Amino acid sequence: MTPAEIRDEILDILSEIAPDEDLSDLEDAKSFREQMELDSMDFLDIVMELRKRHRVQIPEDEYTNLASMASTVSYLEPKMKDIIKA
Amino acid sequence: MIAIDKTSQLPDDQRVVMTAVGLTSPNGNNLEEYRANLLAGKSGVKDYEIRYVGKTLAGICNFESTKYQTKKDIRRGTRAGAVGVWAAQEAVARSGLDWSNVDRSRVGIYVGVTEHGNVETENEIHSIKAFDYDTQYWSHHHNPRTVANNPAGEIALNMGITGPHYTIGAACAAGNAGIIQGVQMLRLHECDIAIAGGVSESIHTFGIFASFKSQGALASHSDPSQASRPFDRDRNGIVVSEGSCMYVLERLSDAKARNAPIIAEIVSYAINTDATDFVLPNPERQAQCIAMALARGGLAADQIDIVSTHATGTSSGDSQECDALRRAFGSSNRTRFNNTKSFIGHTMGAAGALELAGNLPAFQDRVCHATINVENLDPDCALNGLVVQEPQELSRVDYILNNSFGMLGINSVLIVRRF
Repeated sequence: MTPAEIRDEILDILSEIAPDEDLSDLEDAKSFREQMELDSMDFLDIVMELRKRHRVQIPEDEYTNLASMASTVSYLEPKMKDIIKA
Repeated sequence: MIAIDKTSQLPDDQRVVMTAVGLTSPNGNNLEEYRANLLAGKSGVKDYEIRYVGKTLAGICNFESTKYQTKKDIRRGTRAGAVGVWAAQEAVARSGLDWSNVDRSRVGIYVGVTEHGNVETENEIHSIKAFDYDTQYWSHHHNPRTVANNPAGEIALNMGITGPHYTIGAACAAGNAGIIQGVQMLRLHECDIAIAGGVSESIHTFGIFASFKSQGALASHSDPSQASRPFDRDRNGIVVSEGSCMYVLERLSDAKARNAPIIAEIVSYAINTDATDFVLPNPERQAQCIAMALARGGLAADQIDIVSTHATGTSSGDSQECDALRRAFGSSNRTRFNNTKSFIGHTMGAAGALELAGNLPAFQDRVCHATINVENLDPDCALNGLVVQEPQELSRVDYILNNSFGMLGINSVLIVRRF
């Protein structure tokens, strides 16, 4: 997956986790929490969805990398570069 | 003039009244719509399909779920929570309470459930099958969704209620048990307002259907609207339904102080246990439960105008309840008997509360709604005063008695009075 494809995938996961939010103006550099109502259970949902959809494992001590869209994509890029987008 | 029962002689702070009701049932999302459909003979049972079991029948609720919950709350929570939130919010909205100024630390939530957690557990097991049952794919939402207090807790979260909240597990007697718990807590001054009743999400668990089917107790019929047929010779089992019915209960002294509309007064109740079988009822204990409720209220059987029966459409259960009713009401020419499950199926944890609700307007319109689908009355279920097929106008309705029984031999009876 390319960084753009990873971003689309994260957006898709977020739209499922937070169906009431308008994600069209999401700023990549800003933290998710500044822009959306997300709690720790929601972040666990992101981790679970990546695990279920792509078998990507994110160790607990690396959850902080999921703070913003930019940091998430950057963190996932090496883990997802060999995954072919369905 | 209404006969004097024991409860009406208590001080007002020991008398408990219903000041509002909110509900969703398979044939109505508020009391007016539900009552109109009960009087019109309109069933809410539909074709339904669920994993593993396949095509079957069910009573399905269709309400505006996003009226009181965000899509995220609905996704995170349970169906039992969603139907509970709907009914609790609707009840409060109809109560005339100035909710923004209510001390919510003095509100208690008491929700009857037949079962809880089956839906989510089945969903998770189904989900991890795709991952060869590797439990690292098991949802972190499972525990908060399946804790037994979940439906009551979701109501508390949604409405900002900080008083006590819990569920009362009482099989299919749970709707009555939830209301009884509310009455007791108000009398003890543990809360000032009780939001009490019952919920059912049971149509979302295949296990309920499969278990009734294995037991030979799951209803089937080519016409869904005729599948739930208590007391009929051709009844062949239970129609599983979802639903919710929550009441706002208050002490009479508080209700009077705010000039609240009063739907009914809860004048008596009783709960007892068969201690004889896991599933088969015991008419002797059921009759004792009814007698206990009458005695506690200082009432005679012939003071009860309407009995809302529990009968679920099973072969033995219906005739056993009729046996109990003959024992308890044999001498009464006044009492009429009806059955709501013939319209909406068995709403499990909500049944007691919901079936009572559909009868409450009789205090004003003096009409006993019918039991539908009784085309050939089973002689074992013949009762003097059984209202079948068409509603019956009565000269007056002062007292309604509501039966609700459940597995493991739990029996509950609630008696309410016109106010």
